Amino acid sequence: MGMPIAHIMTSGMSGIRAAGDLVARMEFSKSMRIGEAKEYVAKKLDVSTIDLSDEYVMREIREDLGIGVITSVAGAPKGIAAKMNIEKLLDIKINSCERFRKQIA
Amino acid sequence: MTTEYTTRMGDGQRIFMTREQILADLKEGMADATDLGEIPDLSEDELDKLVDIIAMPARMVGVEPGKEVPVTHDIGTIRIDGDQGNSGVGIPSSRLVGVMMHERAFGADTMELGHIDYSYKPVKPVISNEQQTMEVCQQNTIVPLLYGAMPNLGLYYTPDGPFENPGDLMKAFKIDEARASIEGAAKHATRDITWIMQKMMASGADGINFDTIGAAGDGDMFASLHAIEALRKEFPDIYIEAGMAGELTLGLHGDLQYDGKVLAGMWPHQQAEVVSKAGANIFGPVVNTNTSRSAAWNLGRAVTFVKAAVKASSIPCHVNMGMGVGGIPMFETPTIDAVSRASKAMVEVAGVDGI
Repeated sequence: MGMPIAHIMTSGMSGIRAAGDLVARMEFSKSMRIGEAKEYVAKKLDVSTIDLSDEYVMREIREDLGIGVITSVAGAPKGIAAKMNIEKLLDIKINSCERFRKQIA
Repeated sequence: MTTEYTTRMGDGQRIFMTREQILADLKEGMADATDLGEIPDLSEDELDKLVDIIAMPARMVGVEPGKEVPVTHDIGTIRIDGDQGNSGVGIPSSRLVGVMMHERAFGADTMELGHIDYSYKPVKPVISNEQQTMEVCQQNTIVPLLYGAMPNLGLYYTPDGPFENPGDLMKAFKIDEARASIEGAAKHATRDITWIMQKMMASGADGINFDTIGAAGDGDMFASLHAIEALRKEFPDIYIEAGMAGELTLGLHGDLQYDGKVLAGMWPHQQAEVVSKAGANIFGPVVNTNTSRSAAWNLGRAVTFVKAAVKASSIPCHVNMGMGVGGIPMFETPTIDAVSRASKAMVEVAGVDGI
């Protein structure tokens, strides 16, 4: 209800409800501006940029790709496993996944 | 009869203004920013858009579909389990629970882990605890998760730190000694922040959030820029968000430079350049709220400053929009009507890459 939620509702991309985490990762990992980041993620997901904030579109895509959803789908990748699938999808490296791989090598 | 619209003062109080009054205040706030920062005016269309946003009849407004932006967070989970009488709500929970609540219940695009004291220096004695928490959070969450705190150079001065307080030295007209104290403190802060993040990166952190760079003046910014530079060199893929404390970098030292540029007196569009040069991925411009002026005046001023920063920046800009910055009223529980209008204005008029 507080201020951060007001921002999320007003302007945010809804995180893993849609594709907000993916667009944020491209801004952070490649310093992409918002337009470029959205185009990059949309192309990887084969959707339009407007779909990236659309929970109806993204729910099924996220579940199919195993990149994490907000509900407890039995057997679906969560945490590090979901992030490893995000690495492959976006062609980036994620530090926690790198650390995990080193631990099991 | 002239129609009046419900809006706010900079302290959050409800007031009523006509469209003409809103436009006049927007222009006055904009003029203050353009005069101080020597930056361009907003266009007539942009001013009209801001009037429309402020005058919208709905309690809460939102950006047009397709214009959404990622949201990053200062203070992180402390807003759930912390309670400092201002920004935390004191719900007994763990920081892991706080991160998961933001990710799965609130729709946060990114999240941050932070220490209850929320400055880098006091993290040192509890670094193992912070590493353990980061590891557990990384194992259980999907959104980018940064480690965040304030550079807070003030903690390096007496009575809290080893360097004599430059304010006391300046009062005794010991200017050279005050400057030397700031320089010494900055070196310690750079060293501490770098060391803490070496540990946090070893525990799987995605990166770092510098919250309130420059709060203790240009020395604070100098320390942060050198920490950013060191971290980028050691960790080429680290996510670095550099958020400012204020619109103007205060010149407590006055002569500190980065990349040949004097830090004191920098406005957001100038801060963006050095932050990018140091190696940050995201710049967080700040424009402070004047509680004695209307939300329209503050929004006109903030959007003008931030639009110039967005244009000057080579990296994404996530404008700071907490209590008392970015056109948000200075109040512990800022009203949703004011927050949502300022949020929409920053995205649709200033063109920010995130909040």
